[in-house]
Amino acid sequence: MNITKTLDKNVLTIALEGRLDTMTAPQLEEELKNSMEEADLLVIDLEKLDYMSSAGLRVLLSAQKQMADRGGMKVTHVNDIIMEIFEVTGFVDILTIE
Amino acid sequence: MPAAQKTKDSGKEDPVKEITVEARTESIPVVTDFVNEQLEAIGCPIKAQMQIDVAIDELFANIALYAYETQKGTATVQVETVSDPPSVAVTFIDSGIPFDPLTKEDPDTTLSAGERQVGGLGIFLVKKTMDEVTYRYEDGKNILQIRKNLTV
Repeated sequence: MNITKTLDKNVLTIALEGRLDTMTAPQLEEELKNSMEEADLLVIDLEKLDYMSSAGLRVLLSAQKQMADRGGMKVTHVNDIIMEIFEVTGFVDILTIE
Repeated sequence: MPAAQKTKDSGKEDPVKEITVEARTESIPVVTDFVNEQLEAIGCPIKAQMQIDVAIDELFANIALYAYETQKGTATVQVETVSDPPSVAVTFIDSGIPFDPLTKEDPDTTLSAGERQVGGLGIFLVKKTMDEVTYRYEDGKNILQIRKNLTV
């Protein structure tokens, strides 16, 4: 998985490419731990992400909880496969999806 | 240990393709690539393929992390096409401690972010995206099979 990070004013955009799964979720977790403090708003861009498993959902949930006290977090460019994963797990009600 | 691949003639239309790897998370990409190769060969729709890939991540990670506790072990993954109904079956076999993940209670998906528990989502996701998930313990082996219909 590739992670591209962009900080524009206080908006941190993390764009993911490939698969967010057991092997790659720790990479995202580490990246967020290192850079989330700089941001008031976190945008997770999934345009180039093929799919995610529950390991990825856990990282998103944790980020969502941490950003809730600040400007928040939103998830963008969700494909059909990932949207279905968000739907069946109830993550559609937890995340802000645009 | 290098991954062992072989083809076993089961007497059905399509032989069972299988791979045996070490039961560790590092084997997940190897298993995923192997299964994808078989799925591409039978023209599996991309959505079903990705859902199966997610299921592999969930199920193989469980085996890698829990089946043998701190000991080493191997796991075999088999892929076969089933003609009635047109579907593909992926079977995960390990000789670790007996564990039926299907007995795990489904997580409450209606809770808010603050109340959400992180466990139990994986197997739940597999049950929701596959058409059939079965478990049996036979000859000292955990045998977990997922089946996905290939009709759109």
